[in-house]
Amino acid sequence: MAPRLEARSLVKRFGPITAVDHISLKVEAGEVLGFLGPNGAGKTTTMKMLTGFLDPSEGEAYVGGVSVADDPERAKRQIGYLPEGAPAYGDMTPRGFLTFAAETRGLTGAARDAAVARAVHALSLDRVIDQTIETLSKGFRRRVGLAQAILHDPDVLILDEPTDGLDPNQKHDVRNLIDGMRKDKAIIVSTHILEEVEAVCTRVVLIDRGRIVFDGTPAEFRGRAEGAGTLRVILPADAVEDAVEQFEDLDEVSAMDRHPTPDGRVRFTLTGDDRIALINRVTGVIDGAGWPADELELDAGRLDEVFRALTSRETDHQDSNQGQEVRA
Amino acid sequence: MTGWLSIFKREFRAYFATPLAYVFIVIFLVLSGVFTFFVGGFYERGQADLLPFFAYLPWLYLFLIPAVAMRLWAEERKSGTLELLMTLPIGISGAVVGKFLAAWAFTAVALGLTFPLVITVNFLGSPDNGAIVSGYLGALLMAGAYLGIGAAVSATTKNQVVAFVLSVTVCFLFTVSGLEIVQAFFPDAVGKEVAKFSFLTRFNDISRGVLDLRDVIYFATLIGFWLFLNRLFLDNAREAG
Repeated sequence: MAPRLEARSLVKRFGPITAVDHISLKVEAGEVLGFLGPNGAGKTTTMKMLTGFLDPSEGEAYVGGVSVADDPERAKRQIGYLPEGAPAYGDMTPRGFLTFAAETRGLTGAARDAAVARAVHALSLDRVIDQTIETLSKGFRRRVGLAQAILHDPDVLILDEPTDGLDPNQKHDVRNLIDGMRKDKAIIVSTHILEEVEAVCTRVVLIDRGRIVFDGTPAEFRGRAEGAGTLRVILPADAVEDAVEQFEDLDEVSAMDRHPTPDGRVRFTLTGDDRIALINRVTGVIDGAGWPADELELDAGRLDEVFRALTSRETDHQDSNQGQEVRA
Repeated sequence: MTGWLSIFKREFRAYFATPLAYVFIVIFLVLSGVFTFFVGGFYERGQADLLPFFAYLPWLYLFLIPAVAMRLWAEERKSGTLELLMTLPIGISGAVVGKFLAAWAFTAVALGLTFPLVITVNFLGSPDNGAIVSGYLGALLMAGAYLGIGAAVSATTKNQVVAFVLSVTVCFLFTVSGLEIVQAFFPDAVGKEVAKFSFLTRFNDISRGVLDLRDVIYFATLIGFWLFLNRLFLDNAREAG
């Protein structure tokens, strides 16, 4: 079966600037792909090509096996899209706007009303349903845009910064919403917020200057950070010999270090490539032996460090031109 | 071409959701009244017809129709809703036609509201109602042509003022090409050809009761041509973001 969403070597040039440089992706149902990258990396441009708003300079986009270029209407029917900034018609009410969107998607009568009611409920828009959109707060406007995107229960959801402008509670709600829709949809979420990746994404794609520089799970992404996959645990002195022996036997542990603590116990520092497996196996050993472990702590690695490490070339370049304006 | 009806309905309602519709209709009715009765000398002429009304209509439309059309695409581009619209499963042509028809229907409503003139003239005398019907149909076609120009021009910019000024200019050229003062610039043969493109020349004939099929074809072709340009301009607009 064709992937839900596929980008085949997409390229977009604006005059002399290459905004997107051969991006290839396949997204399946059940995946929430976190699309990361610095401002101007090409995230939004890529999404605009996937949704058929922009024509690629090279390459092709497919939605459920349908070419966006050859049969745009059929491709667009399968997509729910929240464009950057959640644009909506300011003079309409959320009810009018959502009804309009439903009609363009071929929903009429009771089916249309049911779809609107479902989206309104999912985004808690009941309170503002008959106010004009231009009078709504930024958070509500974003939610109106999201409601429009999920209205027709699409197979593919493409959301450009869905939580921008929301307060922490609303962010939480939107993440829950995305998580709840995950199992039968392919979802792409672009974001600047790295914690969001941890919260909702099953996969991370980081792009920098139009190219993919990382594609993997959030755990692998975090694993790129220095000190990632490192587990620290404090054990009593009498357990040390046994512990060393058992930890050395674990395939998941690639390096081990131990230091006595001031109160006479020993702190183990265990490193592994797969930190999830690492913590599972190590806690299994500790539980099995019945040691009174203390301060079991996983050094999670800092996402923003990975982000910076993978996309910092440009920053370095700018640093070396201290004070000079670098014009695009 | 699918989805044009949803676009049409949304657009048509949008006129009445803002003061635009009411301001436009009131100004249109007041000005057409002023032109008909004061400038056109409706009573003084002592003839039961609507020629004073129809004579000034092209000049009224020259400014008022671009004012209706200027927002059509410029506003969508400015607010970012163009991206939303173009990613809904409606063909671009459907959106172009839907928007155009909504604007046209709106100007038809405004034109229809001049019906008291028809009643008045029938009350005062016995006019040639065939000529009046022909005049109204011609007015509607002419409004469509002005709108087609305005809609296409509106797709070239994010700025509504720029759209307004440009479309008044283009509409002006299409209006005045039939005037003698313009004709004087051209050799006779060329001038006659240029005059064929004038709304004024066409509409003057129509409002005297001669609605020729060729006039209908002329306006329909012109509308089609500008809607086609509108589509092309939109493709550029997408690239420009």
